Amino acid sequence: MKFGVVVFPGSNCDADCYHVVQTVLGHEVDYIWHQQASLTGYDALIIPGGFSYGDYLRTGAIARFSPIMPAVIDFANQGGLVLGICNGFQILLEAGLLPGAMLKNRSLKFICDKVNLKVKRNDTAFTNQLRVNEVITLPIAHGEGNYFCDEETLTALRDENRILFTYCNASGNEGVEYNPNGSVANIAGIVNRQGNVLGMMPHPERCSEKILGGMDGYSIFASILQSFQEAGR
Amino acid sequence: MKELTYREMGLTDHEYNQIKNILGREPNYLETGVFSVMWSEHCGYKNSRPLLREFPTEGPQVIQGPGENAGVVDIGDGQALVFKIESHNHPSAIEPYQGAATGVGGILRDIFTMGARPIAMLNSLRFGGGQDARVRELLSGVVAGIGYYGNCMGIPNVGGEVYFNETYKGNPLVNAMCVGLVRTDEIALAVASEVGSSIMIVGAKTGRDGIHGATFASAELSEKSKEKRPSVQVGDPFMGKLLMEACLELIKEDLVAGMQDLGAAGLTSSIAEAASKKGRGVVVDVSKVPRRETDMAPYEVMLSESQERMLIIPRPGAEARIEAIFDKWGLDATAIGQVTDDGIFRVMDSKSVVAEVPVMALTEGCPVYVRTAEEPEYYERCRTYDMNLVPQANPQAALKKLLASPNIASKKWIFSQYDYQVMTNTVIMPGDGDAAVLRIKGTRKGVAFTTDCNSRMVYLDPYQGGMMAVCEAARNLACVGGKPLALTNCLNFGNPEKPNVYWQMKHAIAGMSAAAKALDTPVVSGNVSLYNETSAGAIFPTPVVGMVALLPDIDLRCDMAFKQDGDLICILGRVRYELGGSEYLSVCHGLETGAVPAVNLEEERSLLELVQELVKEQIVQSCHDISDGGAAITLAESAIKGKIGCHIKVNSHGARVDGLLFSESPGQVVISAKRSDMERLVQLAVEHQVEMRTIGTVGGDEIIIEDNDIEIICLSVQEASEIWSGAIERFMK
Repeated sequence: MKFGVVVFPGSNCDADCYHVVQTVLGHEVDYIWHQQASLTGYDALIIPGGFSYGDYLRTGAIARFSPIMPAVIDFANQGGLVLGICNGFQILLEAGLLPGAMLKNRSLKFICDKVNLKVKRNDTAFTNQLRVNEVITLPIAHGEGNYFCDEETLTALRDENRILFTYCNASGNEGVEYNPNGSVANIAGIVNRQGNVLGMMPHPERCSEKILGGMDGYSIFASILQSFQEAGR
Repeated sequence: MKELTYREMGLTDHEYNQIKNILGREPNYLETGVFSVMWSEHCGYKNSRPLLREFPTEGPQVIQGPGENAGVVDIGDGQALVFKIESHNHPSAIEPYQGAATGVGGILRDIFTMGARPIAMLNSLRFGGGQDARVRELLSGVVAGIGYYGNCMGIPNVGGEVYFNETYKGNPLVNAMCVGLVRTDEIALAVASEVGSSIMIVGAKTGRDGIHGATFASAELSEKSKEKRPSVQVGDPFMGKLLMEACLELIKEDLVAGMQDLGAAGLTSSIAEAASKKGRGVVVDVSKVPRRETDMAPYEVMLSESQERMLIIPRPGAEARIEAIFDKWGLDATAIGQVTDDGIFRVMDSKSVVAEVPVMALTEGCPVYVRTAEEPEYYERCRTYDMNLVPQANPQAALKKLLASPNIASKKWIFSQYDYQVMTNTVIMPGDGDAAVLRIKGTRKGVAFTTDCNSRMVYLDPYQGGMMAVCEAARNLACVGGKPLALTNCLNFGNPEKPNVYWQMKHAIAGMSAAAKALDTPVVSGNVSLYNETSAGAIFPTPVVGMVALLPDIDLRCDMAFKQDGDLICILGRVRYELGGSEYLSVCHGLETGAVPAVNLEEERSLLELVQELVKEQIVQSCHDISDGGAAITLAESAIKGKIGCHIKVNSHGARVDGLLFSESPGQVVISAKRSDMERLVQLAVEHQVEMRTIGTVGGDEIIIEDNDIEIICLSVQEASEIWSGAIERFMK
């Protein structure tokens, strides 16, 4: 399976994602510079975290105009797997591949921590190695992870079962006190209608090796590999 | 812009006359400005240079000692660590957010200028004490500023320290340390090499910000300091990130002969430094420098401290390739001059010469002052303070009070605003061990970093306190399993022209030197920040130590959390009951006095070797040194981190119980170990000639301490944790 990690000026988790694919998963991976205009030969794309264009104007707002983005949108529309992590999630929102917008954290502060997440679905390309309602622990590190959308969109996300991860406590209970950033409906990650584009604030690439204190992130990457195998590609 | 007199630029009459003698004429306005920044304490170290010579700087592990942008130590396999700590105190006092942010930006540039990729940031912060709105504002601003720059750059901020004390009110300290990783064959130095080489300025455009920042940093803060806000630079971490990636690409392609960052005193200092290394001269044309403002005078261009700029001396013929790489990252790269052979620093404005001075006069020629040192009145008074005058506080109440002291409490409120995990190397996270531990991808190795200084101890006894800072750093590194390699320091003091302050400097440096020699941790880089004073007086002398260590095998490491019911708890090192300078005296009795516990370097060395051996053999389950708050706090922290209690039985034999619990005597480590490992533990302690006593067991939900079978402390881990975890957050509300 071949992955591409899209690099914008200011991306800073690109090398971490590359490392996981190459060294931990043992699969092929390329960096894709944002000025490239076409994408061929990739089975999955990762839009990594960081501060693309310094987060100027609004997180992800400038990156979405990068030359690579039309190709990313085409790739997604043709069913290619796209995983947007942190700033990558913000870019996917700005690019319209996922609905909603990102606000500053409720505390108005940057937060680096570990959080508990509840897995809402396991019939997706990103969660098939997890159990429904399983609680996993992933690191977060963001200043603007307060996901927001209007009522109508939220209803659609719920009805279409598109919320993949919510913030919760160790026993899986959701509540404001377990939500680090104030996101609507405790949302930590959502997919598009087709289920091939995931945006999430937590960083799976930061806990895909035992030495880093957890393997829950690995399960997400392993799910991607599994779904690729099942598709017989 | 209003013209300044040479006195306003910080030059003395005597220095001005020296300049006239060197030039054989009156310097013009630009030349005066150039001399004033180059001869400031910040650039020229004119008050500290004679003292700094005392530091040991050599060892087989040292690849590059002081004198470059940062020090370099060997970690084997053709790899090296590049590191340095630097202050940004004065700017942060005036504008905390940008002051701290640009401090981080500056130290990061120092590291990647050497060709190294930064892998970790640490810091050391000091603020005023008490419930004070300005303190909260400064702390919030500084922490947010550090986070803003480092988070955006994607460099994990993995450790540090923060203390609150009245002496820092109005003059906070913001010291930032950066560590980079480099292949030994890719280390870049700031050398102007061949005559005829071109000189390029790369990165951001030059504006009017930060003019005379170096001079401002070399004077006391006053009511008028707020007017110096234009001397505070403004940081752009996005630009910093692009500059870093572009510069590291140049190194990979071997396109540069020399590289020098534009920090304090901007273009002036970087050009002079680069030229002086090989006795060369330089000619630069200011009209070629890309600017972001119009009508800038040569004076402004030469003295601007605009951030995110770098000076590059390309390998012959590499200019075009360098421009192409910078173009890829959307940055300027412009040739502005050449290296010459005449030893003259010559500035042109298009066709006309606007400054012409000998390079050596700016660097080597900087005057050096050996100041008068005078023992302050307080020293003897504090040293002979009679502890019998201090009543014993209730142990349980005192422990709770100490847990709630912002100097001891959890620093999570601070470090959770820093991305400490990016780059996926952080293996022991902030607050989990005595030092941060990172893996080096592609190897079995790990590295550990820490910053330390107990400035109250340094104040009470600069020599002992200086030794203590070095010893504590080394001990913290040993506790996680690291072999200490070398150190960098940031010497924060008051006005050196005052004999009492100079006395503190002199003795603190002597103490640090003695300890660095004994522990084989040479000083490879550093920074001096003087004039940290306000009308209320000088800060506590604060010579911060940043130290690095190597773990040969990353799997053989240790954190501070108690692990398992039934494990035995031991104290390694000689137990003493000394309360001088302790946090206990300060928090529970409002006293900052007493004889500082003496450091025994022989014992410390043996202890460090023993602890490293214990971690290497994986005999210890937890390892945590005794420092601020004493043994009681060390035990409480290990319990809180492990979410498990402990039962301690000791016997004070009629000595002071508070001394037993809260003494901060150096050279002690609290460990826990399985019973089955005790035999080997004792054997190793005997071999290393380190005193060892078993004091209790891990288990239960409470921290119980008995003295002579009488319970003196019984506190639930839950309660201790709540007090300790929430203290800074409560302080900030």
